[in-house]
Amino acid sequence: MAAGPMSPQELLLPVKPGFIVLTLIAALLCNLLPWSGWAMWLVPDFVALIVLYWCIHEPRKIGFLTAWSLGLLMDIADGSLFGQHALAYIILAYAGMALHRRVQRFAMAQQILHVIPLLLFIDLVVLLVRALSGADFPGHTYFLGSFTGAALWPVMTHLLKLPQRPRPDPDRV
Amino acid sequence: MEHTPPLFRTGLTPLARLMIFAMLSAVLLVADARFNYLTTLRQITGVIVYPLQRLAAAPAAMGDRIADFFVTHGALRRDNQRLTGQNLELAIAAQRTEALHKENAHLRGMLGVREQVPVPSISAEILYAARDPFSRKVMIDRGLQHDIESGRPVVDHVGIIGQVTRTYPWLSEVTLITEKGHLVPVLNVRSGLRAVLAGTGDDGKLELRFIPLTADFQIGDKLVTSGIDGIYPPGLPVAEVIQVERNTAYLFAGIACKPLAGVNAGTQVLVLGPLPAQPERPAETPAAAPQKKKGRS
Repeated sequence: MAAGPMSPQELLLPVKPGFIVLTLIAALLCNLLPWSGWAMWLVPDFVALIVLYWCIHEPRKIGFLTAWSLGLLMDIADGSLFGQHALAYIILAYAGMALHRRVQRFAMAQQILHVIPLLLFIDLVVLLVRALSGADFPGHTYFLGSFTGAALWPVMTHLLKLPQRPRPDPDRV
Repeated sequence: MEHTPPLFRTGLTPLARLMIFAMLSAVLLVADARFNYLTTLRQITGVIVYPLQRLAAAPAAMGDRIADFFVTHGALRRDNQRLTGQNLELAIAAQRTEALHKENAHLRGMLGVREQVPVPSISAEILYAARDPFSRKVMIDRGLQHDIESGRPVVDHVGIIGQVTRTYPWLSEVTLITEKGHLVPVLNVRSGLRAVLAGTGDDGKLELRFIPLTADFQIGDKLVTSGIDGIYPPGLPVAEVIQVERNTAYLFAGIACKPLAGVNAGTQVLVLGPLPAQPERPAETPAAAPQKKKGRS
């Protein structure tokens, strides 16, 4: 493969499991914030983003059970069909685990191109589930969240990698 | 690095796991959508999410409280003036209604009609609007522990905003009247015609169903609950007619309305208590659906 889209590999400290749990809880909190009006359409599903992030970056530390339970919690909080978010998150988890070697090697722009279709795909899955249970198509704005989510991907990646970056060693030049 | 992969990996492949969990989700989805089996499971999971829900709603509540603290003197005076005026108006209206109540009670007594019992209510606060693009729901901070049951009507200071559809120990879910397929039996105040008001899934838009082309509905007509469903007490404002379309090509008139209550705004609501029991339904109609009624007068 050409050297262009590849990102130089960083050497990172191992991530602490506590940190993963903390980010998952933070994502749940972000989803539960009282969004209203336009923000409701624009705001991405933070839990989906975080689940995808950890499945890509630490596929051994997060599993289907975590993704699935988070989905159930979101279903309760949103009052949606029980199992709808759970289904979406395990698909994301699977995609993240299957693609993790590939996505990690790409530079940010190419990573985003991986993230957008994945998020849109789970939007479609949810849409299908709801359509089967008799809901209407909520309009094209429904897909906006996936794009903002993908736009947040670089910021999120940078922030989440911060605690893993080794401290500069004063003894080295 | 701690991951030393075992030489012979045992356990299921990711694809197999995906299939298992997808199957589980499908079972849950069907059980929930078709059979409503999962009330208890929902309530248990609800307890786990509850602290997060409260925590997430806290910043907004705190912001409100801080804003409350820094009210200006001018704003307070203006409020005071407005409220004094309003109070006077309401006092006059209250005196009048008292007289009317007495007269009404007297007349009802003479007619032998059952007394209208005042409905108890529980005040609640809207925590957040559920982020489900397919439905119109809000969460309020009162639940099973405060004796809230599903089916209770929810009103704000103007009128009906919806109905409690699910209860958790400390929270409940209110489906707004704008939810698609949510029906409220109403009465046109001006003409006295009964009708069924249906949500469209669109914020700020409701429609009257099955209204004959010749029925007397005009723009600006106020609709109040008719109370014949046993869910909503009679006489609460619901909506206002904003558009009437009479096209002879269709069987029914197209009447659009807008909700009066702040369906999307406001945080303080009242959950109305149990209504006095309705008389038994005739045997042929199953008693399950609360608001299935033909809306013709």
